[in-house]
Amino acid sequence: MKLGFSWRVLVFIAPALLIYATFSALPLIDTLRLGLYTADDTGARSFAGLANYTTILSDPQWSTSFWNAMANNLKFFAIHMLVQNPVGLLLAALLSLRNVRFAATYRTVFFLPTLLSVVIIGFVWQLILSPLWGVSERLLSLVGLGDWFAPWLGLESSALITVSLMSVWQYIGVPMMLIYAALIAIPEDIIEAAVVEGASPWRIFWQIRLPLILPTLGLVTILTFVANFNAFDLIYTVKGAVAGPNYSTDILGTLFYRTFFGYQSQVASPTMGAAVATLMFLVILVGVAIYFLAVQRKLQRFAM
Amino acid sequence: MANTSTSTSLPFAPSRVFVHLTLISYLLLALLPILLVFMNSFKSRDAFFNDPLAWPTPETFSLIGYTKVLGRSDVLMYFGNSFIVTIASLFFILLFGAMAAWGLSEYRFKGNRWLKFFFAFGIMVPIRLGTVSILQLMVELNLVNTLTALVLVYVAQGLPLAIMILSEFMGQVPGELKDAARCDGIDEFRIFFQVVVPLIRPAIATVAVFTMVPIWNDLWFPLILAPSDKTQTITLGIQQFVGQYATDWNAVLASLSLAIVPVVTLYALFSRQLIRGITAGAVK
Repeated sequence: MKLGFSWRVLVFIAPALLIYATFSALPLIDTLRLGLYTADDTGARSFAGLANYTTILSDPQWSTSFWNAMANNLKFFAIHMLVQNPVGLLLAALLSLRNVRFAATYRTVFFLPTLLSVVIIGFVWQLILSPLWGVSERLLSLVGLGDWFAPWLGLESSALITVSLMSVWQYIGVPMMLIYAALIAIPEDIIEAAVVEGASPWRIFWQIRLPLILPTLGLVTILTFVANFNAFDLIYTVKGAVAGPNYSTDILGTLFYRTFFGYQSQVASPTMGAAVATLMFLVILVGVAIYFLAVQRKLQRFAM
Repeated sequence: MANTSTSTSLPFAPSRVFVHLTLISYLLLALLPILLVFMNSFKSRDAFFNDPLAWPTPETFSLIGYTKVLGRSDVLMYFGNSFIVTIASLFFILLFGAMAAWGLSEYRFKGNRWLKFFFAFGIMVPIRLGTVSILQLMVELNLVNTLTALVLVYVAQGLPLAIMILSEFMGQVPGELKDAARCDGIDEFRIFFQVVVPLIRPAIATVAVFTMVPIWNDLWFPLILAPSDKTQTITLGIQQFVGQYATDWNAVLASLSLAIVPVVTLYALFSRQLIRGITAGAVK
């Protein structure tokens, strides 16, 4: 029995609606609006149309740093898609095999880094990769790869990859858990039937289990996308707001922070910051829209 | 698992070796970095530079890092701030989230679907993007550098997911129970608090664990809304502290270990609940 509207509904919904609207939804809309304004030296704001966006996208200095951050962010996302999600899938597939001993222990430990603060993870890896301490060099020598070591975090060519892999290491638990949950939800009889037919475990995985968990892989992809294009903490912790060396680890989140708060010679600008945030919003919105329109429609598993 | 199902799975010993080899290698990869920091935090400076891979021995054992870190009274205050912010946010997310979930799933009214969509929007779009205006709003409300500002933002951040998960569970509460209570003339609010809430307690616990972790670990909002000495959370405190002590390795290792311990302890206690929550939630 569903009830119609009454004043009670208001009492139930109002507190959540009020807080969510005031501190999440309206600030977001207001940010979109602020991106259309500029402020003069006194701080007075005036409507400027798309001027901020023209600056970001066409001013040589601005557009270089924006597209640099965008490209880095895409690489950051690509590394997550190529390493985090496949390894997460592999671990989940192994854990969901029948009668794997200690499966619960493995699961618990694999998820542990995800729970730790990015700040902790950042510093822990910074210490481990530090040439001063030399732990990684020593570990690599144990397997005969000592010469291979380089101060990866400090090199322009490898800093972004290193930071991305740190993030992969931390968050691998999320795809693993989601995929694992989907795998164990596959009805036993389907697998049984395939086993009886004589299908190998390899074939069962590729032709039965994988197609059945495609919706979850779609979900994992969009979650990774949103999280990556909104990332900030790890890079700020490890490389600071300037995202060095030479902006090689700068992503949209750090660019947003610097634009909003200023750094070194650049003046803080809330309106420019709002414009950068709006661009991030558009990127995320496009990703989410593609997911819902293309992926979800095909997979038909959206249950809201 | 029953024996009958074991017999149908193929007896492939070699691939079992591969399975465990892969899992154990990843286990080491996941644990070693944390273990390394933890074990070296108990060693003297010379010892962890000379032989970082060794366990502390009676000769190399030293608590100097810990005495340094804990000697600073502010560390305990940072922990306190994090506790207050996390618990307060959690309380309001669960209370308001459960109420809204009930309102949205139990009553049919105009705009119901629209409201659901409005809340669902907040799951996909990160609240961080509104930071410029949030800071401005907090300045106007005179809430900058207060824990209240953090709580308000985290409640707004946590509500959408809480409402979505809890709505799913509200739908499973048997209709007869509610109808029986209504026939007895029990007030709607009492039905909610005394019949529905106790029934969905497991779901509430799941949401609690989910929402707690990102709040405790957040760096962005403490950095922007409450960076003052008095209001730093432990995550921000550690970030600043380690930056300050970059060359004092004992202090750095000790403070990192101290920050890890509470999370690991909580996880050890609640990992079953958490993992069951994730797996149950994702199956839907």
